[in-house]
Amino acid sequence: MLTYAIKRLFGAIPTLLILVTIAFFLIRLAPGGPFDDEREIPAEIKANLERVYHLDEPLIQQFGRYVLALAQGDFGPSFKYKDYTVTELIWGGFPVSLRIGGIAILLAIAIGAGLGTLAALRQNSRLDYTVMGFAMTGIAIPNFVMAPLLTLVLGVHLKLLPAGGWGGGAVRNMILPIVALALPHIAYISRLMRGSMVEVLRSNYIRTARAKGLPERLTILRHALRAALLPVVSYLGPATAGIITGSVVIEQIFGIPGIGRYFVQGALNRDYTLVLGVVVFYGVLIVLFNLLVDLLYGLLDPKVRYD
Amino acid sequence: MPDPILTVTDLNVRFATPEGEVRAVTDVSFSVHAGETLGVVGESGSGKTQIFLAVMGLLASNGRAAGSARFRGQELLGLRRTELNRVRGGDMAMVFQDPMTSLNPYLRVSRQMTEVLVVHKGMSEADARKRAVAMLERVHIPDARRRFDLYPHEFSGGMRQRVMIAMALLCQPDLLIADEPTTALDVTVQAQILDLLAEIRRDLGTAVVLITHDFGVIAGLADRVMVMYGGRIAEEGPVLDMFDRPCHPYTRGLLASMPRGDAAAGGELAAIKGQPPNLQRLPPGCPFAPRCPLVIERCRLAMPPLDPLGANRRAACYRAGP
Repeated sequence: MLTYAIKRLFGAIPTLLILVTIAFFLIRLAPGGPFDDEREIPAEIKANLERVYHLDEPLIQQFGRYVLALAQGDFGPSFKYKDYTVTELIWGGFPVSLRIGGIAILLAIAIGAGLGTLAALRQNSRLDYTVMGFAMTGIAIPNFVMAPLLTLVLGVHLKLLPAGGWGGGAVRNMILPIVALALPHIAYISRLMRGSMVEVLRSNYIRTARAKGLPERLTILRHALRAALLPVVSYLGPATAGIITGSVVIEQIFGIPGIGRYFVQGALNRDYTLVLGVVVFYGVLIVLFNLLVDLLYGLLDPKVRYD
Repeated sequence: MPDPILTVTDLNVRFATPEGEVRAVTDVSFSVHAGETLGVVGESGSGKTQIFLAVMGLLASNGRAAGSARFRGQELLGLRRTELNRVRGGDMAMVFQDPMTSLNPYLRVSRQMTEVLVVHKGMSEADARKRAVAMLERVHIPDARRRFDLYPHEFSGGMRQRVMIAMALLCQPDLLIADEPTTALDVTVQAQILDLLAEIRRDLGTAVVLITHDFGVIAGLADRVMVMYGGRIAEEGPVLDMFDRPCHPYTRGLLASMPRGDAAAGGELAAIKGQPPNLQRLPPGCPFAPRCPLVIERCRLAMPPLDPLGANRRAACYRAGP
């Protein structure tokens, strides 16, 4: 299993290289640059700045320089946040994004898997239709609508929770963004879970479990749950990577100092190294979580072999 | 004959489908006596499996069973799940057709076996392991102790069916229902599994219901045979009697379509012409009438009752006779 994991990690290098290449040239295609401001900077100062950051070199040379630095783990300096390296910015924002993202995804697994299982057990009942209706709504409403709605109702009108801000990481401030982050995932996981659970409950080995006179709880938890979770696990890989690197929209709306916010501001400011840094970081996490999912598969399904 | 352990009376099984109601089992009554082996024969869709899934409370969610099924005096139909769970897997166990999919691929064989003893007998895990390994040895799984903790996919098809049988026998049931236990297996393995069932019946005195579409399987094993057609019992009787003197035209057709060692080599096998009935639109009369060589007008109008025909025999046919 260890050799498999190492092989997979080496295999990820070309993938990441392609990602870096595409991202590097795409952001350069966007009009404007990091030092174009509404207030015109004197030409010689701008030329100086560009020389310091090597922006005056041919693009391909800049690319080579960036990739070489990256290979040594150096994400470069931020163009906009003076005196900060991209690494410092990412490590500053990541704990915040990780905290609310991590809680949100755990919440989504627990509630989503639970609701999906209940719906599958009471197939075509009122409960089933309610859960699936809720899930459909949760998937259909984008979070840039859901988040302001939550803020408006719970924050502004009922004044139960702060409408925004981080408050230094106070629990009260985290509730709304976590709920807003988790809702679509709860919805999606419960639909996935219901579908796979319905299928598993129809399988022959569940009939065997019932023929053996096992209590229903044992039949579900021991015999059905594991197989039913497999599709959810595959969904969780990319979903977790996405959610813990910070939702661009949610962090912007609630004013949370996570990575997602840096990504938006970086893109708007043409802060090339910051945008690239976040993209690479995200790419690495996706690779890691997909690997994790495959290893988890091996734990769940004894038929999976690593070779 | 000893008292019956399973008595089924006027059993009807219906399935609600979008295309209408399917009558899988109609007015079926029979008993199984302690220690005997009852063969249940019929083609696909004859209702032979659904009878016993209904008895075990294992019908698909759109299926409904009506009538009565008493196991050692206790009514099983309509029983609450917790009550039913005390019976099934304990005193009454079932083995299914496809051992590849009937064992849980995600759990070790050891776990799947010991849980039966833990749930029904309240045994400790350690005691349950000992008993389960002994049972695997009992069904002739070589090297049982070492294989005990393997997963089902690490066993061959025949070995898996042995595991299924061992699992069903763990609580020493009075009745073992085997639903086409050899259909999914190689011919040589089939014979071994049938030998095993015969041995179990002989040594443990377990009553066995053997569901199959193969008269050949029944011949060596069953005491009594029940032939199913279109969800009804066509004919029932002691196995040798039935082979010698089939009374129902369908039974005769089945026996004639069976390859037999004593028949002249190169002789052509007879086929029953026509198709099995559509269970959504059963005719008012005998379901076999459209295919029957002896059909008369009366057969199409009213269903013939399952009448006694001499000692221990019953047939549902106006034209039944030796």
